[in-house]
Amino acid sequence: MTDTGVYTVSEITRQIKHQLESEFSSVAIQGELSNFKVHSSGHLYFTLKDGNAQIAGVMWRSRAASLPFIPQDGMKVIVAGKVSVYEVRGVYQVDAWSLRPLGVGELQAAFERLKQRLAAEGLFDMARKRTLPAYPQRIGIVTSPTGAVLHDMLTIIARRFPCVEIVFCPVKVQGLGAAEEIAGAIRDLNKLGGVDVMIVGRGGGSLEDLWAFNEEVVARAIVGSIVPVVSAVGHEIDFTIADFAADLRAPTPSAAAELVVRDSRAVLDLVRNNSYNIQNCIADQLKRHRTSIAHLLKSYSFNRPVDLLQQCSQRVDELARSLSLSGSHKLAMTSARARSLQQRLAALDPQLALKRGFAIVYKQGRAVMSKVEVQPEDPVEIRFHDGTVQSVIS
Amino acid sequence: MAQKKKDPGEATFDESLRRLEEIVAQMEQGEIPLEESLKLYEEGIALSKVCAQKLQQAELTIKRLGKDLEGNLKLFEEDSE
Repeated sequence: MTDTGVYTVSEITRQIKHQLESEFSSVAIQGELSNFKVHSSGHLYFTLKDGNAQIAGVMWRSRAASLPFIPQDGMKVIVAGKVSVYEVRGVYQVDAWSLRPLGVGELQAAFERLKQRLAAEGLFDMARKRTLPAYPQRIGIVTSPTGAVLHDMLTIIARRFPCVEIVFCPVKVQGLGAAEEIAGAIRDLNKLGGVDVMIVGRGGGSLEDLWAFNEEVVARAIVGSIVPVVSAVGHEIDFTIADFAADLRAPTPSAAAELVVRDSRAVLDLVRNNSYNIQNCIADQLKRHRTSIAHLLKSYSFNRPVDLLQQCSQRVDELARSLSLSGSHKLAMTSARARSLQQRLAALDPQLALKRGFAIVYKQGRAVMSKVEVQPEDPVEIRFHDGTVQSVIS
Repeated sequence: MAQKKKDPGEATFDESLRRLEEIVAQMEQGEIPLEESLKLYEEGIALSKVCAQKLQQAELTIKRLGKDLEGNLKLFEEDSE
C-alpha cells in the first residue's frame, strides 16, 4: 500500500484472495447446476445458482475422475470445496473436491452408476475377499466417537471375547470430508500394523447421512486395505458401496461386533474338550501299554525260562527223593548188620556163662586158664555172676 | 503380525489353539511312541492352560489411534467403558 492509502490492483486482489480463501477454506454449497462443461483438459467447469445468486465453480481433473455420477444442468447438487480467487481475471470461484446429487432419486442414480463402474473394475469380486481371522488379537474400529454405535460394539466385544485390544479411530461419518476421514483412518490402521481385522461403519440414517460410505475414496481404501474389513453401515436394509467393497458386510454395527469375535465361553469349552481329549488319549495309551505288558508276561515265550526253571526244580526234587530213598535203604541194611553183630557179640558175653553157673578164677588180676598156673597157698579171686569172693588154693 | 514360533508366551491365541488342536489330532491318530506322546501331552496341557487363562481375561483393552505433534501415528490409552 502506498502512503496515500491507495492499493495497487495486485495488492487489493492479494488481500481479497487471502481473506476469502482463509475464511472459506472448507465449505459445502447447495445449489442448481448450470453451464456444466467438461473441458478438453479434463477439468470440470460449472455455475452453481439459486433464485438470487450464482457462483462459478471448477473441479480439477484429478478429482473429477472420482465423481460417482455425470452431472447435468438443472441437477440439484451439494458442492464441497474451498473458495479460491483467480487473480488474473479478478474472479472468485469454488474449487470443488466433491460434487454430489441432492435428493434421493439423484443419489440413487449416482449410487447405481458408481456401483456399476467399480464392479466392472473388479473391485467387488468375491475372489478379492479375504476370510476373517478366527481369533483376532487387535481389532480396528473406524466410526464416530459420538453416539451409541461405538459403545454398543465395545459392549458386545467385551461380553463375547474380552481378551482383545481395540484400536479405535474416531472419524466423521457424515458431512463434508467424512469420506476422506474414513478412508484416511483405514489407511492409518494399515500403517499402524498388527491389526487383524477392522470394522468400518456407522449407525442408521438417511441415504444422505450414509453417503460417505458410498464414496469412491472409501471403497478404494477398503479394497486397498491389507487388513480385512467388515463394513457395518446403518440398518440391515441399507446397502452401501462400502458394503460391496468390504470383505464381509455386517447388517448392523452390533452384528459386526458379533462377527469379528467368537463367544469366549464356546471357545473355552473347545479348549477344555481338547485338554480332555489329550488326557483320554494318554490314559488310553498307558492302558494299552499295560495290557500288552500283561499279555507279554503271560505269553508262552516269556514264560519259557520259568517253565525251564520249574522243570529243573522238579528234576531236583526227583533226584533228591531218589537220593534219600537209596540213603535210607543203605542205612537199613547197615543197621540190620549191626544188630546181628550185636547179637553175636552178646552171645559172647561171659556174664551169660557166669549166670549159667560158671565162675572165673583170677590170680593177681588175670584169669586163670589152667591148673598149672596156680600153686597151693596162692590167693585167688573167684568171680560169680553176682559178685566176687577171695579164696586160697588148697 | 508377529510370526515368531515356539515361545508359548509369544504365540498368539490363534497359534496356541491351532497347535493344541494339532496335538489332539496327532494323539488321537495313535501310533506314536509313548515318550513322544507324553511330551505332546505335556505341551498340550500347558497350551490349554494358557488358552483358558487368556479366555478368562475380563477387561477389554481400548486404545485410540491418533497423531502426535509430528503427525506420526500414536496409540492413546482409552478408558474402557
